[in-house]
Amino acid sequence: MHITATIVFVALFVLIAVLGFLSARWQRGDLGHLHEWGLGGRRFGSWITWFLIGGDLYTAYTFVAVPALVFGAGALGFFALPYTVLVYPVVFSVLPRLWLIAKRHNFITAADFVAARYDSPALALVITVTGIVATMPYIALQLVGVEVVIGGLGFPTHGIVGELPLIIAFVVLAAFTYTSGLRAPASIAVVKDLLVYVTVLALIIVVPWKLGGFGKIFAAIPAEHLYLPPIHSGNLGTQSFYLTLALGSALALMLYPHATTAVLSSQGPKTLRRNWIFLPAYSFVLGLIALLGYMAYAANLSSIPALAPYFHQYGPQFAMPGLLLRYFPDYFVGIGFAAVAIGALVPAAIMSIAAANLFTRNIYRAYIRPDCDAKRETQMAKLVSLVVKFGALLFILLLPTEFAIQLQLLGGILILQTLPAIVSGIYTRWFDPRALLIAWAVALGWAIWAASLTDFQKSGYALHCFGWIIPGYIGLYALALNFLFAIFITLLLRATGRHSSADLTDAAAYQE
Amino acid sequence: MKRKSARLGFWGVLYLSIPCIAVLAVPLYNRATPVLFGIPFFYWWQIGWVPLSGFFIYLAWRRVERQG
Repeated sequence: MHITATIVFVALFVLIAVLGFLSARWQRGDLGHLHEWGLGGRRFGSWITWFLIGGDLYTAYTFVAVPALVFGAGALGFFALPYTVLVYPVVFSVLPRLWLIAKRHNFITAADFVAARYDSPALALVITVTGIVATMPYIALQLVGVEVVIGGLGFPTHGIVGELPLIIAFVVLAAFTYTSGLRAPASIAVVKDLLVYVTVLALIIVVPWKLGGFGKIFAAIPAEHLYLPPIHSGNLGTQSFYLTLALGSALALMLYPHATTAVLSSQGPKTLRRNWIFLPAYSFVLGLIALLGYMAYAANLSSIPALAPYFHQYGPQFAMPGLLLRYFPDYFVGIGFAAVAIGALVPAAIMSIAAANLFTRNIYRAYIRPDCDAKRETQMAKLVSLVVKFGALLFILLLPTEFAIQLQLLGGILILQTLPAIVSGIYTRWFDPRALLIAWAVALGWAIWAASLTDFQKSGYALHCFGWIIPGYIGLYALALNFLFAIFITLLLRATGRHSSADLTDAAAYQE
Repeated sequence: MKRKSARLGFWGVLYLSIPCIAVLAVPLYNRATPVLFGIPFFYWWQIGWVPLSGFFIYLAWRRVERQG
């Protein structure tokens, strides 16, 4: 048991819990309205938006999983980097427009937009359900990061005593999200990022120095681990997989409900665009974090007797915590571990708020209580945010971790299938809602079939095309299929004059 | 798509595409040399494009701001 580390860890955790509760008073608004509780009043300026989106996208799971992937799988794990390079140019051209339309009509979720744009409750329902299903395992995965660092502190991780720290952390999270709404993760994100930057900078300076420089670190890694295998005999191998995985993940990211929530909570398009110039700073940190995987490899951490039991239990996921334990004094281990744990709370809070917004707006108000007032709507969202979080907690406590990882993998593939309806809707009302609905179903069906070929272990599918074998990300292949069907069926409906062009949104919102 | 590309303009789209193409050209950078500070090409190329992408987004941002 690491006493000093535990004390620092707990102290930092208490600090952010207090901050979470206090943030209800910050930029005070009437928390009885959903856009106040669930979007912070759409008033977050450049700085807060920067921290919020950063805290949203670079999660505890990232800190643990990215080095783990590089440690275990080598170059393929580095796909996280091109992925984050691709994200910002893509969102830069798409999301500011969504903000404008959402502001004009007081849309809280992307499904709100789809419902009005296509005058199609069915299509909106599908977008809602896909969003919630994709978000749940994502929240659950945040807990995996917390579990690993709590284990690293020396707590037993099995039995009721072992689960207790995790349960306490989540009860605290649930309580402050309930009272403060999106303001809580926004203010905590600032502290979280300070901790993350301090930890990563220390790691990236101290560890290479102890290991004798980057040259030595890379020299210790076998070449087949360092690079993607060369293309041979018409098989593009992991190279095409790497590329499609990066691109597909980047597109999927902007469709996740928590991304929409963070984007819509900003002051406006100008704030957003300015942000995306500086958000790559996070990706830079992510690149450094990824390299930690190689440092753990070069330091041969998994065979050090003191750390071997952890690696035995957590596998490659212990690469980053292991480096901290190996090279740093106890108090700093506490800071680093707290960075990971708090890094889990910020996105988990935003995700649960996003899922709650979706459920309340697009299921409760759309189908169950269409006449509910703003106050009741917000009360419902607050309750649902609790349900979502405890659902995620049960998920982790009762089911094997493997299951959450597989579901999250599938979640990314599923969420990508909402792209045609949402993104094309921002630009054009050409597509027919029924065509989008059928295309979504076809793509979804194909994607689940393709993923079932590997028993939901992998997200790749080997496409055979003109004598080439092109392994690629299932999500991206399904998206292509999705678009093909949507275009084809819309053409068919238009040719027979049976297409729908009802649109409840205000055309002026698209002109800016 | 049409109205938006009119707003970003040809140059805006071009600026945003450059970092994307740079990191999507996997076969071109999947190699060890040239090494920089002991870091193989595969790694420093991709990490280097992170700040560069910020620069190109800045260029696109300047175009959008000037219009609106």
